[in-house]
Amino acid sequence: MEHYISLLVKAVFVENMALAFFLGMCTFLAISKKIQTSLGLGIAVVVVLAITVPVNNLIYTYLLKEGALAWAGEEFAQVDLSFLGLLTYIGVIAAMVQILEMVLDKYFPSLYNALGVFLPLITVNCAILGASLFMVERDYSFGESTVYGVGAGVGWALAITALAGIREKLKYSDVPAGLEGLGITFMTVGLMSLGFMSFSGVSL
Amino acid sequence: MGLRSMLDSLEPHFLKGGKLEKMYPLYEAIDTGLYSPPSVTNNTAHVRDGIDLKRIMITVWVCTFPAMFFGMYNIGLQANDAIAAGAGTPLEGWREMLIAMLGGGAHDASSLWDNMVFGAAYFLPVYAVTFIVGGFWEVLFATIRKHEVNEGFFVTSVLFALTLPPTIPLWQVALGISFGVVIGKEIFGGTGKNFLNPALTGRAFLFFAYPAQMSGNAVWTAADGYTGATALGLAAEGGVQNVVESGITWMDAFLGFVPGSMGEVSTLAIMIGGAVLLVMNIASWRIVAGVMIGMVAMTLLLNAVGSDTNPLFAMPWYWHLVVGGFAFGMFFMATDPVSASMTNKGKWFFGALIGVMVVMIRVINPAYPEGMMLAILFANLFSPLIDHFVVQANVKRRVARVS
Repeated sequence: MEHYISLLVKAVFVENMALAFFLGMCTFLAISKKIQTSLGLGIAVVVVLAITVPVNNLIYTYLLKEGALAWAGEEFAQVDLSFLGLLTYIGVIAAMVQILEMVLDKYFPSLYNALGVFLPLITVNCAILGASLFMVERDYSFGESTVYGVGAGVGWALAITALAGIREKLKYSDVPAGLEGLGITFMTVGLMSLGFMSFSGVSL
Repeated sequence: MGLRSMLDSLEPHFLKGGKLEKMYPLYEAIDTGLYSPPSVTNNTAHVRDGIDLKRIMITVWVCTFPAMFFGMYNIGLQANDAIAAGAGTPLEGWREMLIAMLGGGAHDASSLWDNMVFGAAYFLPVYAVTFIVGGFWEVLFATIRKHEVNEGFFVTSVLFALTLPPTIPLWQVALGISFGVVIGKEIFGGTGKNFLNPALTGRAFLFFAYPAQMSGNAVWTAADGYTGATALGLAAEGGVQNVVESGITWMDAFLGFVPGSMGEVSTLAIMIGGAVLLVMNIASWRIVAGVMIGMVAMTLLLNAVGSDTNPLFAMPWYWHLVVGGFAFGMFFMATDPVSASMTNKGKWFFGALIGVMVVMIRVINPAYPEGMMLAILFANLFSPLIDHFVVQANVKRRVARVS
């Protein structure tokens, strides 16, 4: 149990997807103007990550890993399909997002409408693919990858909501013309990452 | 009124169309720094109060003086002690020449004068560099972007200088304050428009860029070849036990007779300045109370959890209060009205977040013994969000009342 808690804390704070690895930057910068929408997007990312990382873990363990196909018979025991990893993960993510979109449309139309175009956009968010690739690289078990997926999502959601809060405040600031818009946002994200450095070096 | 009439006769040159039109912010800063601004309200109903942003900032600046003077004395005391004990030698260079010239060359740790001169020779150059370099950026931005030079810079500069170790090279001081003022404040439009505390931004930049000069055991005492850990550094190695064994009592740490950053050592001197700020309502008592509550709660929690391998878990809260930069950060940094939460309820959460984070970083993160700076920066990131949710909750409550 303790192991899972420390993995969760690590995924949320120490290895924050957005501010420690700078993953998922495109949506992170583009959809952080208002707290409400970034909160919605953040929750969507949490849901997608919580589903795709464990699913990809299952696929990796039982289909792609070297020797993973041993259950299908002797002759498949030597097969190594891990080169198909990238392709499979992104396919799974795209499928998951599509299914999630349909489920939300059918059962939670209000949330579906609030998220709007951001839901399909999540497919191309590198934080999502990144989490799956980290999962493979670090050899997480099924339980670990579930916790890691949730943690990575929560960390990203926390970062984008905080950025949205700061950007709402920065509306009243007087930024030099050349830096307006994305320029100052990049600077802001850099400074935020300086604040998140407080966790670097924590070993859990 | 010779000065007043001189300023008045100079004024036309700085107004629009004058020869020195570009230098107006500089003129304005000097004029309103010396005299009350000429613009007053003409309408009937308004509050009469002598205090404005400039006076507030100057008050904060003056309130750091107890900590500053004690800090200077303590730099001298620590270094002269080390020199007298033969554990270190005076650092060669212009500072030593200056000290000798002013009669502090004997390095007698029992002499107030020797200690003060020694401390001043280390603190004042750092402060001067901070002030000149930071002031240069401030005036440059004010001139080109046509806003006023703000006294907020007085506060930023003194807070920045006081958080540095005495042995820091002056070029690093210049670099740090440049980063703090330009990236931390000016690119957002100057005082009141930034979201991080500029002094802490500069210090954090130096801390990560030059860890060798900003942390470790060798930098806290200005004597060559002498290494003395801060109380917090000692605690990180072996808990409170280790601190007391090395000869530092709680009273020493409270009064400030320990090695450390220039202005953060004496909790008592900081509290004197902090009390003035609280009484004058310049620093928010809610934030200070929030930081205390968060720190005490988190410490008690960690005390209860306990740990066999990490002695810091058992460190009681009254030690957390006196070691490191906790008191200084609580009174002077966390209460920065710009980067803290604005709403009253939000200030409690903001303070508590700092208190919890500082203990977390100190205890759990082995890489950084000092957590106050990073805890405040971290809480600054979330202060707009805290405000947002406080406001939303209020809106919700009032909507519910109407319907």
